[in-house]
Amino acid sequence: MSALVLAEHDNSELKDATLAAVTAAGQLGGDVHILVAGAGCGAVADAAAKIAGVSKVLVADDAAYGAALPENVAPLVAGLMAGYDAFVAPATSRGKNIAPRVAAALDVAQISEILSVEGPDTFTRPIYAGNAIATVKSSDAKKVITVRGTAFAKAATSGGSASVEAVSGAGSAGTSSFVGAELTKSARPELTAAKIIVSGGRALGSSEKFHEYIDPLADKLGAAVGASRAAVDAGYAPNDYQVGQTGKIVAPELYVAVGISGAIQHLAGMKDSKIIVAINKDEEAPIFQVADVGLVGDLFTLVPELTGKL
Amino acid sequence: MKVLVPVKRVVDYNVKVRVKSDQTGVELANIKMSMNPFDEIAVEEAIRLKEKGIATEVVVVSVGVQQCTETLRTALAMGADRGILVLTDVATESLAVAKVLAGIVAEEAPGLVILGKQAIDDDANQTGQMLAGLLGWAQGTFASKVDPQGDTVNVTREIDGGLETVALKLPAIVTTDLRLNEPRYASLPNIMKAKSKPIANKTPADYGVDMTPRLTTLKVTEPAKRQAGIKVKSVDELVAKLKEMGAVA
Ligand SMILES: Cc1cc2nc3c(=O)[nH]c(=O)nc-3n(C[C@H](O)[C@H](O)[C@H](O)COP(=O)(O)OP(=O)(O)OC[C@H]3O[C@@H](n4cnc5c(N)ncnc54)[C@H](O)[C@@H]3O)c2cc1C
Repeated sequence: MSALVLAEHDNSELKDATLAAVTAAGQLGGDVHILVAGAGCGAVADAAAKIAGVSKVLVADDAAYGAALPENVAPLVAGLMAGYDAFVAPATSRGKNIAPRVAAALDVAQISEILSVEGPDTFTRPIYAGNAIATVKSSDAKKVITVRGTAFAKAATSGGSASVEAVSGAGSAGTSSFVGAELTKSARPELTAAKIIVSGGRALGSSEKFHEYIDPLADKLGAAVGASRAAVDAGYAPNDYQVGQTGKIVAPELYVAVGISGAIQHLAGMKDSKIIVAINKDEEAPIFQVADVGLVGDLFTLVPELTGKL
Repeated sequence: MKVLVPVKRVVDYNVKVRVKSDQTGVELANIKMSMNPFDEIAVEEAIRLKEKGIATEVVVVSVGVQQCTETLRTALAMGADRGILVLTDVATESLAVAKVLAGIVAEEAPGLVILGKQAIDDDANQTGQMLAGLLGWAQGTFASKVDPQGDTVNVTREIDGGLETVALKLPAIVTTDLRLNEPRYASLPNIMKAKSKPIANKTPADYGVDMTPRLTTLKVTEPAKRQAGIKVKSVDELVAKLKEMGAVA
């Protein structure tokens, strides 16, 4: 048994999401190799080689892989899979984009967002917004898996000394090209890696108020900022702030939900947080059913007071 | 350009599902079923492309049980032109559905297939990407903007760090995210009109697809329950509590 893990990176830096995928891959019981597909991604390969538990790093350094276009990367992975029993990708927007395409090429089912490895072919995964957990057994010879980052410990970023090997694939499929990106700039911690998250909901009422009330509290706590779908839809916060079933899954030490009702879809993304604090003026709001500490009242007076007193 | 939109019948998003006591699945008897919300967004986008004169015909397809006809009717009432029901009682896995869709694509030759990014029942987020892989087409997943221009389509995607735009050669696959559009409600006259729109009946065998699942569900259980906590009366109490819990310094 050996597994190939897809590295999450931006060509210069290896992202943390890779580390949970490495841990999950290790639990399959065999060798763990990492594929770094990118352009000018040598530093990422070096970082990947240091991850504990990784025995080999494959580097496909080619302009065609620089933007992680699935049309180009999936055939590369599928070609490499002759030598592996499992392909393991982090359940990030990139992993979700590429992995099913690999599964189709290999003619196997994909097991999405696994929460645990119960055996080499048996896994648990959330269904219905995490309101049920399915234990599934795969009958396919090769497994294609995406890994929920909050469900696995991060592999150590030092201690490993994997060999690094260059590989190549067909390069560009010629069907797609990268036009541009508008990445959210923030000095705050990244949402899925943050220890503390302050999230705002529809109650904030405007983008200005969202910044005026949520940002100072987040800054005081050294927290990342999240949002409900309603807040994102209304344009109070960018799309990548959305926490929930169809947004980001987070599990920080402390999650502060401000003016968020606690719809099933939102809870799906944050109910594994260690401590949940809710501030809401409606004492019946469902968010209080999962909150460790609830404060009923008007956020526009309570949040500034809290920011001042921390 | 013809646009193909697959739609899935799922438990309505407002329903909080309950796990069956024998752990074989979730309770589905007498539960409200609806079109997967992301598929509604896909149908809406296709109809808008038709209204803009870019799409010539919107074909909707559902793979599943007989009641999926209702899901197709909903799409037809929104404005799709005709439907295809691929009847099967077997639990639908993404790979098998993608294979059926590849068969339909071969017959219908659409310029664009627009799918929901995930179904809110199995939360798999796979079918569009698998279909793209089977066809060798380009894919624009998690789309918040779809802009066809001649023989390409520019798709703006919601990604972990923000937004990115890719240019895809047509024909191509798009999967929808929440911000792409706000689906319309079907008007009563359109619901009536939809009743006479054609729905073709097919089976997976018509496309040579074996639906046998590759995954066996051994059991379905409830997630760990959170203990309801306490309510505090003031910010001072909240701060004290957070310090006591070690959540803040
Ligand atoms: C397919 C699909 C996918 C979805 N995915 C997600 C997802 O990933 N993430 C997500 O979050 N949602 C998701 N949703 C949406 C979800 O169902 C809810 O609509 C959404 O979470 C509600 O956001 P909210 O809590 O900010 O708004 P609301 O439900 O409107 O709640 C606002 C809350 O603020 C409180 N409030 C108002 N004024 C004040 C005040 N002055 N002080 C204090 N409290 C106040 C109110 O009491 C209320 O509880 C999805 C929905 C669908 C259909």
